[in-house]
Amino acid sequence: MAETIIFQSKPARPAPNRTEGLLPWIKLNLFGTWQSALSTVIIGALLVLYVPQFLNWAIFTSTTSTNADACRAAGVGACWGAVVEKYRLIIFGRYPFDEQWRPLVATLIMLTMLVVSCIRYFWSKWLVLGWTVTLAAYFILMYGSLFGYLDVFGLSKVTTDRWGGLPLTIMLSTLSIMLAFPLAVVVALGRRSHLPAIRSLCTVYVELIRGVPLISVLFMASFMFPLFMPQGVTIDTLLRVLVGITLFAAAYMAEVVRGGLQSLPKGQTEAAASIGLSYWQTQRKIILPQALATVIPGIMNNFISIFKDTSLVTIVSLYELTGSHGLAFNSDADWRPFKLEGYLFIVAIYFVFCFAMSRYSLWIEAQVNKSKLR
Amino acid sequence: MAVAPRTPPKKRDWSWRSQAFRGLVYQILAVAVIGGAVWFLAHNTVENMRVRGIKSGFDFLFQPAGFDIGEPLFGYDSNNPYWKAFLVGVGNTLRVAIIGIILTTILGTLIGVGRFSRNGLVRGLCYAYVELFRNIPVLLQLLMWYLLFTELLPDISEAKQVGSVFLSKGGLTYPAPVWVSGHAWMFAGLIAALVAVWFYRRWAHRQFEATGKQPGTFWGSLAMVLLLTLGGWFIGGSPTEMRVPVKGEFAVEGGASFTPEFLAVLFGLTLYTAAFVAEVVRSGIASVPRGQSEAAQAIGLSRGQEMQKVLLPQALRVIIPPMTNQYLNLTKNSSLAVAIGYPDVVSISNTALNQTGRAVECIAIIMLVYLTTSLSTSFFMNWYNAKSAIKER
Repeated sequence: MAETIIFQSKPARPAPNRTEGLLPWIKLNLFGTWQSALSTVIIGALLVLYVPQFLNWAIFTSTTSTNADACRAAGVGACWGAVVEKYRLIIFGRYPFDEQWRPLVATLIMLTMLVVSCIRYFWSKWLVLGWTVTLAAYFILMYGSLFGYLDVFGLSKVTTDRWGGLPLTIMLSTLSIMLAFPLAVVVALGRRSHLPAIRSLCTVYVELIRGVPLISVLFMASFMFPLFMPQGVTIDTLLRVLVGITLFAAAYMAEVVRGGLQSLPKGQTEAAASIGLSYWQTQRKIILPQALATVIPGIMNNFISIFKDTSLVTIVSLYELTGSHGLAFNSDADWRPFKLEGYLFIVAIYFVFCFAMSRYSLWIEAQVNKSKLR
Repeated sequence: MAVAPRTPPKKRDWSWRSQAFRGLVYQILAVAVIGGAVWFLAHNTVENMRVRGIKSGFDFLFQPAGFDIGEPLFGYDSNNPYWKAFLVGVGNTLRVAIIGIILTTILGTLIGVGRFSRNGLVRGLCYAYVELFRNIPVLLQLLMWYLLFTELLPDISEAKQVGSVFLSKGGLTYPAPVWVSGHAWMFAGLIAALVAVWFYRRWAHRQFEATGKQPGTFWGSLAMVLLLTLGGWFIGGSPTEMRVPVKGEFAVEGGASFTPEFLAVLFGLTLYTAAFVAEVVRSGIASVPRGQSEAAQAIGLSRGQEMQKVLLPQALRVIIPPMTNQYLNLTKNSSLAVAIGYPDVVSISNTALNQTGRAVECIAIIMLVYLTTSLSTSFFMNWYNAKSAIKER
């Protein structure tokens, strides 16, 4: 027992590097390796070079003066005055100026209904009633009456060739998706049918439509539909285009729905058959409720692409948002040089709508998948 | 007591209780309804055309077209028949679609891979690109590029110049080699090189299978391609003559050029579709489980081998089907060229339709062209997909 061992603590290890907070994040994500640091420097330099230039043009030297000469002065950047001057023409198209409160109210009602339909709390059969009322209100406000009846409101008649701008974009996309949906479900069921004739009819329809561009369908609606109709029957251009877009959207949506149908295990159909349900009972009570729930995000994507695709109707001379931009700028020599500002305005409108819908689609996907989590 | 298995009745059961009979009735009904509708529409069309005195038939294809086309791929003038005009249109559609598909694949892949970058700035930019470009209608993007190329760029007399490349309202002018027969030797050399490389790599693969040693083939292949191509060029008499554009008083003369319409369509389609391709690539890479990458590192594969032999083959299976859709979308969206006057097949058909009034025929031609491209592309991609699918038992 010669020596007593005196306990000596080892020096403490250094605290671990902080991994949270701004500085560690920068170190890890911007200067993690030398390649990363190099790209940070290059991208940063480009941003420093161009972002101020852009901001200068878009904000600091821009003007909102509605005098075209003020926009032409040297050193003036973006001329938002062009938008201020033209926004009613861009948003409402050729709709009579004094009556433009009507498309405004109609569109607001429709947008409210769209937002309401997106909220799970309101998902019930009352939505059908709500939509019926909304569509009736939309057409009464826009047209002045419903199919020529019900002009008790004393609104002047505005024919569909004067409709335009955002109200037309929103109506075309909403209505064509709503009409396409039942057709798509039927076609999707048909493609999985055991009856060869029905299966091939549906397959040919889907493949035919998906093989051609929307513009050719629209050309057909605009040039060939009049020939299709019996003598003396004429159909409104808007209606023809609506039918064209609906048929187009239905083919794409049918593929989405078919994906949902295929994702269900076969046991579901067999179980339904074993308790004696008929084909339609099986589809209605067992298959479709499950399949449609899984394809809601897909249908949402359909809606986004149709919303963007409605811009094509300007090629068959309906003045929706893109078309009414042309209406506002193409024939006006004063403001023509400031077309770009006009484009940026409608780009912003499209972007807000599409971005909001794509975020919603992500959210709804998470909601739908909740039931699959364990 | 054993129950004798009942044999199903051989005779066709003609009662409503028989599923087969009901199915038959439904099918006959469906075909009759669709057939009736088609007959009704066709009958109306024929009747309407008779009353309005519209001629029908494809005989107009052999009449002189009478209009000029901005950028014919091959010799064409307004005295040529319609069918030649349509051919020029199809050529222009395919030209912009093929170049667009190549560029969009490169750009989209870069951006999709960029979403996994270690650098936060790169990740953010790629995300912003995707969200910005896919949420704006492609037609609007085409129109904006067209505005840029025709109105915001400087006049031809003040064209922007980088080396011998000029950019102005008149389009992009660049130097191009003068085509002489000597170039044919160069291409022959290139093709011979590609064939040789194919055999070389097959040999290398066999070597690997037999010995387990992997001979590096990259430098060998590169040398073969360079040597044979250069060799062909020498045999062809080493042609070096170039058409170099020169800036004149009012115009840029000489060289080859892209028109502003072509550039607008190409930029619009490429940048729009690249956003979608980027998402396809991103989801493809994300679908390969992390363990695959770790396992590849565990058995000592290099980063390149890991990508080439482990990650990509698995990601490609997920990527190919939606990628096919994007290629088809790009091709179909090229029909929007009609909005800015690039002479693609839709634009030519539209002109022909307005001149001859034969709506049915012209629209049928458009649809036929796109259906053929779509169906042949999807056949090819289905074949490729089947090749790269998981081989199970």
